[in-house]
Amino acid sequence: MGSGMNWQRWLMIVPAVVFFAVFALFPMLMAVYYSGLTWNGIGSAKWVGLLNWGNVFHDGEALHAIVLTVEVMVLSWVFQTPISLLLGVFLAGRQKHRAVLGVFYFVPLLFSSVAIGVTWSYMLNPNFGLVDALLKSLHIGNGNQNWLGNTHLALLVVSMIIAWQFIPFHSLLYQGGVKQIPDSLYEAATIDGASVWSSFFSITLPQLKYTIITSSVLILTGSLTYFDLIYVLTDGGPGNATTVLAMDMYKQAFVNQNIGLGSVLAVILAVAGVLLSILTLRFTGFNRMESQLEGM
Amino acid sequence: MLKRQKALLSTGVGIVLTASVLVTGCGNSSTGGNSSGGSSGTSSKTSAITIWDIQTGASQQVVKNMSQAFNKSHPDIQSTVQFFENDPYKQKIQIAMGAHNPPDIFTGWGGGVLKSYIDAGDVYDLTSDLNSDSSWANRFLPSVMKPVTFDGKVYGIPNDNVQPVMLFYNKQVFKQYNLTPPKTWDDLLNDVKVLKAHGVAPISLGGKDQWPDLMYEEYLVDRIGGPDVFNNVVAGKANAWSDPAFLKANTMIQQLVNAGAFEQGFSSVSSNQGEDAALLYTGKAGMELMGSWGFATILSDDKAFIDQGNLGFSTFPTVPGGKGDANDIVGNPSNYYSISNDSKNKQADVTFLKDAVLDPQNVKDWISIGDVPPVQGIESELKQATYGDYLSFTYDMVKNAPNFQASWDQALPPSEAQELLTDLSKLFLNQMTPQQFSDDMNKYIKS
Repeated sequence: MGSGMNWQRWLMIVPAVVFFAVFALFPMLMAVYYSGLTWNGIGSAKWVGLLNWGNVFHDGEALHAIVLTVEVMVLSWVFQTPISLLLGVFLAGRQKHRAVLGVFYFVPLLFSSVAIGVTWSYMLNPNFGLVDALLKSLHIGNGNQNWLGNTHLALLVVSMIIAWQFIPFHSLLYQGGVKQIPDSLYEAATIDGASVWSSFFSITLPQLKYTIITSSVLILTGSLTYFDLIYVLTDGGPGNATTVLAMDMYKQAFVNQNIGLGSVLAVILAVAGVLLSILTLRFTGFNRMESQLEGM
Repeated sequence: MLKRQKALLSTGVGIVLTASVLVTGCGNSSTGGNSSGGSSGTSSKTSAITIWDIQTGASQQVVKNMSQAFNKSHPDIQSTVQFFENDPYKQKIQIAMGAHNPPDIFTGWGGGVLKSYIDAGDVYDLTSDLNSDSSWANRFLPSVMKPVTFDGKVYGIPNDNVQPVMLFYNKQVFKQYNLTPPKTWDDLLNDVKVLKAHGVAPISLGGKDQWPDLMYEEYLVDRIGGPDVFNNVVAGKANAWSDPAFLKANTMIQQLVNAGAFEQGFSSVSSNQGEDAALLYTGKAGMELMGSWGFATILSDDKAFIDQGNLGFSTFPTVPGGKGDANDIVGNPSNYYSISNDSKNKQADVTFLKDAVLDPQNVKDWISIGDVPPVQGIESELKQATYGDYLSFTYDMVKNAPNFQASWDQALPPSEAQELLTDLSKLFLNQMTPQQFSDDMNKYIKS
């Protein structure tokens, strides 16, 4: 088995390369082309070069959308990572009841985003909603908090609902990661007299390094392009308080019928996603694929 | 219903867009959509005419009946109606027009879109046909003809029902606090104060959907500055959004917001899901400014509320010192049928418009499903109908209106309309001052 390419190997990568070209590369290049057009999606298009790019950075909307997107990414990471990590460690335990609990924790991931959005917007309704009614019965707040219609709260609430939806998935990643850690490490630690906490910080966390990286990359790139739940919950409102980049892209292209501007935002999103992945891998050494289990 | 349908449809907009690509992809075949009417007895003398329409449900049945009745009474003309979804239709008709392969008769909303077809020479001028038959010309309410009248020439006739925006109120709540429906702006502020003091939300507003905000803007600007203020925007005059009427209207809107006129959390209340109406009929709110379809919403959600006579309706209050006529209204005037210039059977088309559209039986059918057609002299018919009070009130509003302003978001290009809705939503949240609003909107004027 040499490491060079022979014709069988070329043949075998053909399907993957073709699919990647047709469904990823080609649409991306088309988006770059569209970004230079003044076009309403039907009728005739006019090539205007970089005009759309100038317009995007000229008005404050896109900048605002970029700031919001970064906020969502940060909030998503902050909400999801610690909770998923702890839940994953907890669920990796061998006690029987934990498997049952795991099934419950997993449920939100099985729902469609639209169902989650509709359900939460009913629960958070300021006039008829469950959340305000519960808080009122507990004498917390005024019972009239406008969760999704308050410009200062909306993005935070949306990020929490996104976290609610995706924590189960990341818990699953961590659960798998923890189960990979050899028991011998913990046994050695116990013999050395380590407490539960110190074995968590000295064994579990370092051993989960690559799981944390994987999960973080998924959270960051996922929230970069997050759209469906926000569309259902707030439609980018109130005002434009939750108009993140993906939302802005959709509105420009399909509501304002300005395919050119929408494509500019799409290209920005694609480039940002790729850069983000590369940077994360670079800074964490994930791409060197070194083993943490050497010598064991 | 246009707005409501539009809003509901927007949920599935992705699917609809995809579908529209498929539909329009069919190019010049004219066999898409559901067909009705058209018996197969085509002789050499028969002329066949095709009509494109967008009605759904009970309204669609009314249109089908109209076409079938016409085909029976006119054996020499066979009419066929094809129905399309609202949003894809707009693109389909645009492409069909551009390809010079339109249907004989097409539906539309008048205003800017129709104007662009007229300018391209695609629409048949109905003026001389109407002038030669005064009973036909006088069939319709004058205020409804404006969106299809350009430079004194008429390019379409109304074909369904009127939907003016009115002020609904909860009679029980008003009675409890000895209030009367507000006649003037000061009355309104006073009613707001009283209701607020008793812990009732004075006005219910579906701010999440943004288009309900627009109704306040449309009415206030017309009351303060008259119809010309917005006409200047449509005409693309530089800095048209800086008209003092906009600044004053927006100041008054914020005055209303700051007086606590709207329910807690109005910016996340959805009108498309009937939440604003629910506040009104549950007595949690006193008033609601809504298009006439608001009646149908309450009828389907809480029929007892209407049957017990608890739903009141009134016109938008007047603004002291305003230039606009107090009888002016805003909303959706009607849908219209126009004839394409590419049609080969124009005489048959005109006969169809004259003999079938809003003829006595067609008018009766519209009234039977609770709609008010824009036709002269149907007062007694409306009074005798179920919910006749309401139908008559709607009818009189339209009949007495010197100006019926079509919804701005229909009258403006899509990107300007979208920015308007976003900025208005910010204005209602005090995130934007009236001055900032005008400055920002001025950027969108295309000269």
